[in-house]
Amino acid sequence: MATKLALKELIKQPMRLTPGHRLCAGCGASIVVRQVLMAIDDPVVVTNATGCLEVATTIYPYTAWNVPWMHNAFENAASTISGIEAAYRALVRQGKIPERNVKFIAFGGDGGTYDIGLQALSGAVERGHQFLYICYDNGAYMNTGIQRSSATPMGAHTTTSPAGKKIPGKQQFRKDLTAIMAAHGIPYVAQAAPSHWRDLMKKVRKAVDCGGPAFINILSSCNRGWRHATDETIDITQLAVDTCYWPLYEVEDGEWRLTYKPKEKKPVEEWLKRQGRFRHLFRPENRHIIDELQAEVDRRWERLLRLCGEA
Amino acid sequence: MSKFEALTGNDAVATAMRQINPDVVAAYPITPQTSTVQKFSEFVADGLVDTEFVTVESEHSAMSACVGAAAAGARVMTATSANGLALMWEIVYIAASNRLPIVMSLVNRALSAPINIHCDHSDVMGMRDSGWIILFSENAQEAYDNFIQAVRIAEHPDVLLPVAVCQDGFITSHGMERVEIYDDDEVKAFVGEYRPQWSILDIDHPKTYGPLDFYDYYYEHKRQQVEAMENALRVIQEVAEEFNRKFNRTYGLFEAYRLDDAEVAVVVVNSTAGTAKAVVDQLRAEGLRVGLLKPRVFRPFPAKELVDALRHLKAVAVMDRAISFGSMNNASPLFLELAAAMTLHGVQIPMADYVFGLGGRDILPREIESVYRDMLRTAETGQVERMVTYLSVRE
Repeated sequence: MATKLALKELIKQPMRLTPGHRLCAGCGASIVVRQVLMAIDDPVVVTNATGCLEVATTIYPYTAWNVPWMHNAFENAASTISGIEAAYRALVRQGKIPERNVKFIAFGGDGGTYDIGLQALSGAVERGHQFLYICYDNGAYMNTGIQRSSATPMGAHTTTSPAGKKIPGKQQFRKDLTAIMAAHGIPYVAQAAPSHWRDLMKKVRKAVDCGGPAFINILSSCNRGWRHATDETIDITQLAVDTCYWPLYEVEDGEWRLTYKPKEKKPVEEWLKRQGRFRHLFRPENRHIIDELQAEVDRRWERLLRLCGEA
Repeated sequence: MSKFEALTGNDAVATAMRQINPDVVAAYPITPQTSTVQKFSEFVADGLVDTEFVTVESEHSAMSACVGAAAAGARVMTATSANGLALMWEIVYIAASNRLPIVMSLVNRALSAPINIHCDHSDVMGMRDSGWIILFSENAQEAYDNFIQAVRIAEHPDVLLPVAVCQDGFITSHGMERVEIYDDDEVKAFVGEYRPQWSILDIDHPKTYGPLDFYDYYYEHKRQQVEAMENALRVIQEVAEEFNRKFNRTYGLFEAYRLDDAEVAVVVVNSTAGTAKAVVDQLRAEGLRVGLLKPRVFRPFPAKELVDALRHLKAVAVMDRAISFGSMNNASPLFLELAAAMTLHGVQIPMADYVFGLGGRDILPREIESVYRDMLRTAETGQVERMVTYLSVRE
């Protein structure tokens, strides 16, 4: 019997990522990891792309991981887990190790997933390895000091897309990685947010039992980069969902389904104004960027509704 | 019973892979390596091996998957050449530094640019500081034999380092030769079962692999790699002795050919050593005292052993299929290292460097002969006429 998705039960689970790691107060990544691993009752083996999560949880000779864990490099969490998973199958088949229903999980940030690791991820899911790739998307290269990635929202100030006198922050819309992964035709793809933890954990359970490669893109606030107070992480994540900047949905065997529809779709401005990285957009000369961003959020939301048969 | 087969170098290595039956092979096609994994994939498709063959989307992922699989306690292999090796670069270092006993067939090819698919040693020479053990092979037989021995060397508890087994692209990899293939069971018995000390699949004893490692421990971990390399020199010889007894071969750190009573010698690796032996025989027939030293083990570099084998000579030429650009006199890697070894061991013999065969340019017996004749003059005069010569290049 799977552990009931109730806080009273979940809190009794052994901690797979323990306190004492060096992630910042209010960091979304550790919340995401704990929710993901708490959802899985089976043994797990984890790989981790280079990034905040990796450097802050494993400074030698310490580790915050109570599960087998490996970091190889930045761009290869997916190819590394594919090697581990292949080894598992080969060794089990030859009777060299026992079959344990092990779940293979790769964690990467948006830099390691949308950008430098995209090829390795695409290859690993195409080959059909049984693993779940979790992208914790905080929308920039936070570990190196908040540089823009292809996941950075349009208009955001980062240290390589600064809000300058001529160029007011990042010029491009975010790459829609979840849709790209869905286009691979793998059994399970989803988008989730830690503000909706039960939804997130249900998706993780479906993903690890889908019988093939799975991908979940999870919004993960970085208060250092987003510029908000450390206790606002979940509220701001909730706003990203309620403004439909970050819709919650899943694509199961090619069927698109919304898993959460806000009662009232809030203007994206509600989400932007809570974060220092968008502060410059509220100057009169930059208001048009908010309008453009809103138009794109609307366009993507409408498209998603159509794909989910809700339009 | 062993049997003789007509095989290319790549087929011989693929045959060794079939006999060893690795748990995981991850590889990506690149000329001239491709036919190795092509052949091996037939063994997989026909159910002759238990291997998970991971057909990755790049060499970077090939080495990444090898690292993951080796950390899982699997016996792991790959094959590549030139630009493929270059794309693996980052993970080549990580494989060695994580002490993962991966075995690679490295079919030597010139690095781009300009793009070129033929043989030289610019690929392997670039990996000489990466922490891999590097073995050279004169022909298909040696590639096969070295590949089998590489498994034992890599997995030895005192070593735990990856091994690259080199052979010359096209010349050896695609040249059909008579190769003695040993009995499957004897090869399996020689390599034995791999019993890894650690595995990321040891669910009940979770461990963290590849953590962040700062100034307080990183240095010690690098020092341990040095120790592993030092141990490798001994282990390579022990494995060779056992292999020689079992399969009637004569492997060591290097091969000396008509060297004992020679006055001058050429030092050269891989297939050119075969051509050079014919030149030695021809010049010996003229009564000239010439010999050959063919290094087999390049990493770890057996400095003292090489010096001892060469110290009686009057002149030594190193022939190298690579250039170390911007190094002293733009010489070649093997020459520079051997010259340093001789000097530091107090042996002062005139030495000259001959770069040859870049991008697969043919090396002819008469060109090797000219090197020997240069050295015979140097032996008489005590003078090196040119420290670095680029053989048969239009200037």
